[in-house]
Amino acid sequence: MPTKPPTTSTSKNIKDLIFITLLAFFFKILLIPSYHSTDFEVHRHWLALTHSLPLSHWYLDETSPWTLDYPPFFAHFEHFLSFFANLVDPIIVDLHKGLNFDGPSVIVFQRLSVIVSESVLIYGVYLLGRKCGFRERVLMWVLVVWSPGLVIVDHVHFQYNGFLLGILLVSLAALEDRNDLLGGFVFAVLLCFKHLFAVAAPVYFVYLLRHYCRGGVFKGFGRLVMMGTVVAAVFVVAYGPFVYYGQIQQVFSRMFPFGRGLCHAYWAPNFWVFYIILDKVLSVLLVKMGFDIKAPTASFTGGLVGDSSPFAVLPTVTPLATLILVLLAMSPCLYKAWKNPQPRMITRWVAYAYFCGFLFGWHVHEKASLHFVIPLAIVAVQSMDDAKHYYLMSIVSSYSLFPLLYEAQEYPLKVLLLTLHVILMWYGFSSQLSKTVVSNTSAQRKKKDDNYDLKKNSGTNPRKFTLNWIEKSYLSGLLLVEVWSQFLHPAFLGIRLPFLPLMMISIYCAFGMMYSWMWQLHWIVKSH
Amino acid sequence: MEKTTMEKGDYKNSAVLFLCISVFALLVRVAVSLHPYSGAGNPPKYGDFEAQRHWMEITLGLPPQEWYRNSTINDLSYWGLDYPPLTAYQSYVHGLLLRYFHPDSVSLYSSRGHESYLGKLLMRWTVLLSDALIFFPAVLCFVTAYYSGQQGTHKNNIAWHTTIILLSPCLILIDHGHFQYNCISLGLTVGAIAAIISGKELVGSSLFCLALNHKQMSAYFAPAFFGHLFGKCLRRRNPYIEVLKLGLVVLGTFAVVWWPYLHSLNSFLEVLSRLAPFERGIYEDYVANFWCTTSIMIKWKRLFTTQSLKLLSLSATLFTCLPSVVQQIRYPSSHGFLYSLLNSAFSFYMFSFQVHEKSILLPLLPASLLALEEPSIFQWLIQFALLSMFPLLCRDKLVIPYAALYGIFILLYNAPGWKQDARERSSTSTAKSLLVAVITMISVLLHVIYLTISPPRRYPFLFEAIIMLLCFSQFIAVAVYTNKKQWMLSKQHSAPMAKEKHL
Repeated sequence: MPTKPPTTSTSKNIKDLIFITLLAFFFKILLIPSYHSTDFEVHRHWLALTHSLPLSHWYLDETSPWTLDYPPFFAHFEHFLSFFANLVDPIIVDLHKGLNFDGPSVIVFQRLSVIVSESVLIYGVYLLGRKCGFRERVLMWVLVVWSPGLVIVDHVHFQYNGFLLGILLVSLAALEDRNDLLGGFVFAVLLCFKHLFAVAAPVYFVYLLRHYCRGGVFKGFGRLVMMGTVVAAVFVVAYGPFVYYGQIQQVFSRMFPFGRGLCHAYWAPNFWVFYIILDKVLSVLLVKMGFDIKAPTASFTGGLVGDSSPFAVLPTVTPLATLILVLLAMSPCLYKAWKNPQPRMITRWVAYAYFCGFLFGWHVHEKASLHFVIPLAIVAVQSMDDAKHYYLMSIVSSYSLFPLLYEAQEYPLKVLLLTLHVILMWYGFSSQLSKTVVSNTSAQRKKKDDNYDLKKNSGTNPRKFTLNWIEKSYLSGLLLVEVWSQFLHPAFLGIRLPFLPLMMISIYCAFGMMYSWMWQLHWIVKSH
Repeated sequence: MEKTTMEKGDYKNSAVLFLCISVFALLVRVAVSLHPYSGAGNPPKYGDFEAQRHWMEITLGLPPQEWYRNSTINDLSYWGLDYPPLTAYQSYVHGLLLRYFHPDSVSLYSSRGHESYLGKLLMRWTVLLSDALIFFPAVLCFVTAYYSGQQGTHKNNIAWHTTIILLSPCLILIDHGHFQYNCISLGLTVGAIAAIISGKELVGSSLFCLALNHKQMSAYFAPAFFGHLFGKCLRRRNPYIEVLKLGLVVLGTFAVVWWPYLHSLNSFLEVLSRLAPFERGIYEDYVANFWCTTSIMIKWKRLFTTQSLKLLSLSATLFTCLPSVVQQIRYPSSHGFLYSLLNSAFSFYMFSFQVHEKSILLPLLPASLLALEEPSIFQWLIQFALLSMFPLLCRDKLVIPYAALYGIFILLYNAPGWKQDARERSSTSTAKSLLVAVITMISVLLHVIYLTISPPRRYPFLFEAIIMLLCFSQFIAVAVYTNKKQWMLSKQHSAPMAKEKHL
């Protein structure tokens, strides 16, 4: 929020952070009656399921189509919540009577559970910000707690991302503190909460192997065993019971539902958008040139039915191909982590890994962009270049979440949230970072960063918060896309080409995402 | 050269800051508007939401002459228009918007009791739009006008003050939760105050006339406007001409607004009679004002006829606001003007005829404009204003936004880094702070009791009565203090002048 004069005392510092947090807390409470997606019923059903059934039935139950498809720890988390839900209103946790129940009691309870569980996220930012200067810390705090993406996805659409990302941040904070064992342990726990976070596992593996397991063959091996034991213990606690029940295959089949398409119904703004578009363009061109191209029978979003390919010209994409591509994209970062594992780089590397997973992964949901937007907020306050980059990237990713809230009631909400975010970033980055008395270490870092100024704009002051004309026009273009898809498209085309607005948003945001990803890649490659 | 660029940067920074605060204030309003409105799903009369929608329907479907006239189509006993013409025009304009997007919601007669997703949304958006287009710019004008006269106020304090005015919880809850358009009349009033402070008396009085013509309740401020402007005119070279100019502007504004009803005395009186609903009695429900609170012991309604009560309330109101008016006539100053607005609004709230809980918004407005000078008084007033509206907001199912806005207000009031120098904390004695703590505890307890415990069957409105008593006592205390403060100003005001003369 608005300016605070620089103060030195830490109690003052904490007071500011509490102020920002509580302000966000009360605002999020106001959002209780807003629209919620089917994820709301999914989580309600899981409350009922974990409350009414024994552990051995959790992954077998089919009372509702929303079967349990998160790893065991998340189910335990729901089980823990269901205890309180039962006290609030027993219907919430009734397996049969509670189906599609959306009375005020369940809405208030579940919304509050998201808000309260988000305290893990706040704890994570608290840990990560301890070594930062006052201004940076406040800024970082604002970026995370008031992140429009998080508000849209968690507090309106309904999910528990804040809680899960909090666990990730706690793990990263431990790694930055050189407490590798704790970092590895927390990350293993996170994987047992939500397996989608496994995208960063290669970075974790390489980093921990090189940073933790060193100091000679003997000591290194001992540490490897140690880390292996800790991680294995976490997995045993999570999956052991299901191995015992002989359900482990059932659990995995729930967690990895194969047969989903390459893209989600609304295309996440990633690399595959370009691939699909290229295929379309090529097929049209080739048909015009007289080639006989058969229109694809399968769709991108549906499952891989039979052998038919959803592409007319380009080779079909398999899950394995996406996996290889993700690893390939991640490899420069893995190489750097191997060569010189530095704690101060780990947050950026992990965020980069999630970025790769988002751009090249299989059946990626647009919500997955939160996995790198939130950690990059921590990186954003490190230098002016990072701030500039984050400014663009977080706007694009928040905007790409707009289609999640498609109802009219939430329209002003999402627009104002993003506007506030843009103003706060602009105000924060331009007035706080440029004024900061740079401490010795970060001054050195800054010097390095200046060398990587991608824009090569020798005329601009690297410590001044300005965007170059390409970035400026790109962001203004975002406004045009929004105006077209919301107002002009319905006015001119009516109900014709109903897919066009969403497709435009996907493609346009995909450009920004690719640019942003390449910037990070470039930064990582150039770093020492 | 360097200085100008710095000033430019400062200016830009302030603009960004104001934008930031406004967007946040709008965001909170949008979030509150997700909640239910008064009378939602409650036939046959619904609530204020239906009243406003009905006015759109009437003004769209009938010619202006018919708006205030009882007829088969316009049944005045069903939410008949009882606000001045500007409200009617505003309803017409908003009605056009609704008709464009959702014709069913304002179709004549068939839309009575209309409730729909889109209908609610469009109605909510009309309030948001009015707020953003009238109240917000008015507050910006006020802040710039008020602080351009006072050099040396810290930028953070100005930001804090702007935030506090824009995020007044009571106004947001009533306009965006309960559903009303107070932001228009209050916004026009703030605009008028800003104009007068910056020396544009004619613009100011014209704006205030518009406010009066939007809600007759704006008359709560009329004595202060009169006193201040009259006092200023007396100090000019040609007092008569100045007064004449102001009078002409007032008459002109009224004439323009009332134009459709000025063609015959009959239609003029018809409208006028709609604006003064004396048949509703001197008080309703449990308002924390003088008549309602004392009625516990003195049964005013039984002792006096309505006619004598009217006279009694009028004289009590005028008598109690007389000191603040006289002070402004004698020593007109911007600062004293704000106090005078507060005091006269208090007099009306306490003693005038037919006061509603929501009328506390009127004293709250000048109190929020004085928030930087009187932070603790303002904070105290807001707390009890909120409490006094709590039963009403509970009926509207607005407990969640009530709690959230209460929290946001307490946070913003105690926001770090702001207004340290303005906060008077040294002078509080232990006895006083103990009293404050006890009263705050009682207030918190009352909230909890009201929500959780059902009252004894013999006294179904026991808790409302206790809330009313507590709020009344605090309002009276604040009003006495602010009246005293206003008169103290004149001493401070005259003291430096005497010094100057001496020099």
